[in-house]
Amino acid sequence: MNTQLRGTSLREDDIRTGKALVTEWHPKIDYQFDAGTAVGQFLDGLKAGKIMGRQCDVCGRIVIPPRMFCEKCFRRNDRWVELKHTGRINTFSVSFVNWDASRRTTPQVPAVIDIDGTNPSMGILHLLGEVGQTLEEVLRRVRIGMAVEAVWKPAEQREGAITDIMYFRPVGG
Amino acid sequence: MAGKVAIVGAGYTSLRAVSPEASFRELVFEAATRAYQEAGITPADIDSVVALGEDYREGTCICDEYVPDQLGAVQKPVHTVTGDGVQGVGMAWMLLQSGVADIVVLEGHSKASNIRHPAHVEAMALDPTYVRPHGWNPLFVAGLEMRRFLHDSGVTARQAAQVAVKNKRNALANPLAAYPAEVTVEQVLNSQPLAEPLTELAVAPPADGAFVFVLANAAGRKKCRGRPVYVEAVTWISETCNLPTRDWGRAVYTERAAARAYEMAGLKNPAEELDFVEVDDAYTYKELQHLEALGLTARGQSGQMLERGTFDLGGQLPVNPSGGSLGCGHLHDASALRALWEAVCQLRGEAGRRQVPKARRGLVCSWRGVPTATGGVAILSRR
Amino acid sequence: MRKVAVLGAGLTRFMRRSLETGRELCWEAAAAALQDAGLTLADIDCVVLGTAPDAFDGVHLKGEYLLDGAGGKGKPYVRVYVGGGTGVFMVPAGWWHIASGAFNTCLIVAEEKMSPTQPHPQGAFNAIYDQFTERPLGVNLLWIFSLEMHRYMQTYGIPLETIAKVAVKNKKNAKDHPASQVAGDFTVEQIVNSEVMAYPVMRLMVSPVTDGAAAMVLASEEFAKRKGGKHVWVEGVGWNLDTSYWTNRDLAYPQYVENAARMAYKMARIKDPRKEIHVVEPYDPFAYKELHHLEGLQLADKGQAPRRLEEGFWDRDTTTGIPSSPSGGLLGVGNPIAAAGLMKAIEIYYQLSGKAGARQIRRNAKRGLAQAWGDLMQVGTVMIMGVER
Repeated sequence: MNTQLRGTSLREDDIRTGKALVTEWHPKIDYQFDAGTAVGQFLDGLKAGKIMGRQCDVCGRIVIPPRMFCEKCFRRNDRWVELKHTGRINTFSVSFVNWDASRRTTPQVPAVIDIDGTNPSMGILHLLGEVGQTLEEVLRRVRIGMAVEAVWKPAEQREGAITDIMYFRPVGG
Repeated sequence: MAGKVAIVGAGYTSLRAVSPEASFRELVFEAATRAYQEAGITPADIDSVVALGEDYREGTCICDEYVPDQLGAVQKPVHTVTGDGVQGVGMAWMLLQSGVADIVVLEGHSKASNIRHPAHVEAMALDPTYVRPHGWNPLFVAGLEMRRFLHDSGVTARQAAQVAVKNKRNALANPLAAYPAEVTVEQVLNSQPLAEPLTELAVAPPADGAFVFVLANAAGRKKCRGRPVYVEAVTWISETCNLPTRDWGRAVYTERAAARAYEMAGLKNPAEELDFVEVDDAYTYKELQHLEALGLTARGQSGQMLERGTFDLGGQLPVNPSGGSLGCGHLHDASALRALWEAVCQLRGEAGRRQVPKARRGLVCSWRGVPTATGGVAILSRR
Repeated sequence: MRKVAVLGAGLTRFMRRSLETGRELCWEAAAAALQDAGLTLADIDCVVLGTAPDAFDGVHLKGEYLLDGAGGKGKPYVRVYVGGGTGVFMVPAGWWHIASGAFNTCLIVAEEKMSPTQPHPQGAFNAIYDQFTERPLGVNLLWIFSLEMHRYMQTYGIPLETIAKVAVKNKKNAKDHPASQVAGDFTVEQIVNSEVMAYPVMRLMVSPVTDGAAAMVLASEEFAKRKGGKHVWVEGVGWNLDTSYWTNRDLAYPQYVENAARMAYKMARIKDPRKEIHVVEPYDPFAYKELHHLEGLQLADKGQAPRRLEEGFWDRDTTTGIPSSPSGGLLGVGNPIAAAGLMKAIEIYYQLSGKAGARQIRRNAKRGLAQAWGDLMQVGTVMIMGVER
């Protein structure tokens, strides 16, 4: 194996000081996504303060996020089912990093929350709130398997978005 | 080797300018349901899936993530190809010949309507150092190419415009088509100038829709019903998309792909041996450029042959009986799947008013669009 | 099913940011692979390119842009895409080009240029999530890894210190890899006490953003035999994609890796992988992933890969275990996503042909496996190589 591999390493400074030639491009990349039937009605449900799932009569599953077809049975599924506003934490994280890799002083606490009423128990991604402002606090307060409940925006502020639920908090405060 | 792979199921959705009531998942589910029903299979029979996808057209990073569910292909060998429908057929063909799969599903879709500023997305495909800084609408690449092609071939702007007239008229007989219309050469020439000599009606407008195919080798066909349409040849070639070093007048990628495809299919005189062809017509002149590259016309004769009616639905060699992208709508990489679907319909005798009489063998010629010089050729037949 | 041989391989250095453009990186790796194989581009029938998201290079239709550097001009050229699984997936893709009888030689090239994305390449990953149910939450790539890692740790009671040992092992192994970017001697304490990114993920448990490329030349049996010499053969390939509804799945176990591995084992006629696989390169973008994947690959029981790690079973110099990531992996060499996966496959090729230099394992390896993973904790890609036995 050739131990002299090619490649010229640059440092961040080389770019900042213009030692390396750089061209910039700021794209205007916007999309308007068609929510379609399943997600469209799910979002309508959120606006009305409801968490909706879909049921397939062949396998019996009640799924969230909802889809108009059962991907296991490969058939159109059968009905909307209103789910509970509570669930259990499947897993969670305590994040001190923003999407652009910059640091946060207070954490975001994303979690997969298994929603009560789904069958078999299955989850959605959301955030936990009212669980602490430091890593230690959050790790003291939150447990995998813990019961949580949705905290909603007031009805007049809801838009039909996943953020109509602000976060989930431990049941019992 | 040739003729062992067949298309046994072909599913579709209708094509239209916007499709707000259905997510891309729901469109693909509809097309897949049709394809599997026709082929007489359930997802359990699927050995592998090939999907077409480009991140910036999906609006999703790593778009291959969202392929399996609506195809019933969860936990199967599924992969995505950032390529056109003919390249997709090529991958399926190789999977079926390699022994690793007997039944392969091929999927492609377009949600072009969801892209708010298409020119900005397509400009991202231009070279970031040498070309993008000009800030031109990427259509200029097609404009430059058209100018050179007209110059080299002797084809006139009127003749190119005739392509739009023919294809939009053909689309009137295609229930799938998004933009069927009766237009005149004058209307095409006088429509809004874009990247001269291209005018608005000379450019295929975008559409939404989905296609799903079921392909099988000899072993796989035992599990399927449905009339097989055989893939006698499939090839694909890429030339450089680098603007300064490309051949502007000729579709070299098509010339090379066609030569190999004709050899694979054992065709010595393709103009005689083919009953119809579906060639990419993202822009009017591309149809003629591709026909010349396929060797189906004498050099520089494509314009005259078009005027004489050779390529009309009732002519000697119908070109784009489906209506092409100009009549059906441009689906980006999935346009070649729309062409493939037409070929299957024709060869099964199910093309209604568009039916080419006694269609036995057809050809699909694809192109990935500006700024690429990539395309493929597939030859299909009924035996 | 035609047999497919590996004729040569090449790599660039792996760097945080390279002066070279994506095309130039492709060219360096492809040229090195051709030279290693003793061939020229004229000998190559077809080219397959692999690269992860277009957003990194900032070029749409990235495959088209890169083809000049990858040797694709005028050839049947195609780009395949399975996210992070792409690097190892290049081998199955090249394999079917030849095994199908369509072509006799194939050049596979994997490139990644992550550094162009501003303000940080990590931001490109926001769009991997569902646009309606996830992106509006202000998602971030680290979330999905930390959620999975936490579930895995919790399910099997794995301490952070044990997971840290994967990073220690790989960063040390990588000291002997000429391409490496982040090699070095680290202690468990240093890893565990490094900056919290998204608990339980610590900074030193994460592979770095990297630019780099890798390439390999594959050929049919007839072509390889004409060239002469002993060859390394592609004996099994497998790939598998799970549901995009990742929050509905049990994140503690990568079922899709098991499925991909079984597909490859079946093709390679391997009944007892723990006996028949002598060296393994599991995908290690995060320290815990190596363990997670070793279990999916059936090389350890569920939840038991960490204990094996503590026993030294995965060490490079083991004679009784299975050396895992002798290259130094993504944690040690770097993570130019698609190129990193192919680097792992190339390591298996080097180990089996005795070309791994200071990294050569002590065990006599006749068969090895490389695996990559990607998407929303969703795809497993596997390749198995072997020498004549």
